[in-house]
Amino acid sequence: MKFRMLSVFTDDQARAEAFYVGVLGCQVRHDIPLGEYRWLTVVTPDDPDGPELLLEPAAHAAVKPWRDALMADGIPLIQIAVDDCQAEYDRLVAAGVIFTQAPVDMGTVVTAVFDDTCGNLVQLAQMK
Amino acid sequence: MTEFGIALWNLTCKYSLAYYLCMSDVYKALAEPARRAILDELIERDDQTLFEICGRLATKHDFAMSRQAISQHLQILEDADLVRTRRQGRYKYHSINTEPIETSMKRWRRPESGTPANPSESEGEPG
Repeated sequence: MKFRMLSVFTDDQARAEAFYVGVLGCQVRHDIPLGEYRWLTVVTPDDPDGPELLLEPAAHAAVKPWRDALMADGIPLIQIAVDDCQAEYDRLVAAGVIFTQAPVDMGTVVTAVFDDTCGNLVQLAQMK
Repeated sequence: MTEFGIALWNLTCKYSLAYYLCMSDVYKALAEPARRAILDELIERDDQTLFEICGRLATKHDFAMSRQAISQHLQILEDADLVRTRRQGRYKYHSINTEPIETSMKRWRRPESGTPANPSESEGEPG
C-alpha cells in the first residue's frame, strides 16, 4: 500500500493553482473539469511520481470554521520536506509569500510556516 | 479632608490595591516552570503563533504538553499582562511584555548608600 493522494480545501481552485504551480513550483498532475469545479491535483517537482495533493473546493459548511480556527493557531496541514529551509524561505519571501513563522531550529529539524493564499498554512521542514 | 481629597484618597488606594493584585498575578504566573519556558521562547522573537510556541516547547524544553495545556498557560500569562496578543488577518500572534517583570525587579533594589529606603516599597501585599 502507498499513500497516493492527500487533499486540502482551497478557497478558490484557480488561486490554488496559481500559488502551488506558479509560486511554489509544483506541477499539475490531473486537471479534470467536474461541472462547477475541477479535479485538480499537483505533485512536487522533486517527487513527480509521489503522492498527489488534491486541491479541493472549500464548499462544505464545516470547512470555514475549522480552517479559521487552525489558521488562528498557526497550525499547518501540509508539510513539505526541503533541503535548505532558510533558502526556501528567502526565495518565497522574495516571491511575496507571507510566513507566519520564519525558520526556527527545532533541534532535529528546521521548520517554517507560510500561508498558501487559499486558506491553509503549509510547513517547510528541513531534517538536520 | 475635603470631598475632593477623600475622592482622591479612594482612587489612590484602589490604584494601589489594583497594582498589588496585578503583581500577585505576575508572581503566580511566573511560579510555573512551563510558563517560564514559554517566556524563554517569546523573548527570542515577537509574534509567535500557538503552533510555533508548541514546537519550541516540545523540541527545545522537552515539555510533553498538549496544545490545549499550552494554550491555557498562555491565557494565564496574558491575564498577568506578561504576554500580549495581536491579530493580523486570520493569524493570532503572541509576544512577551516585560513591563511587569521590570517593575518587579525595581521593587527590592537597595537604595544608594546614604539615601533612606522608600517606605512604600516595603509594604506587604494584601491577602
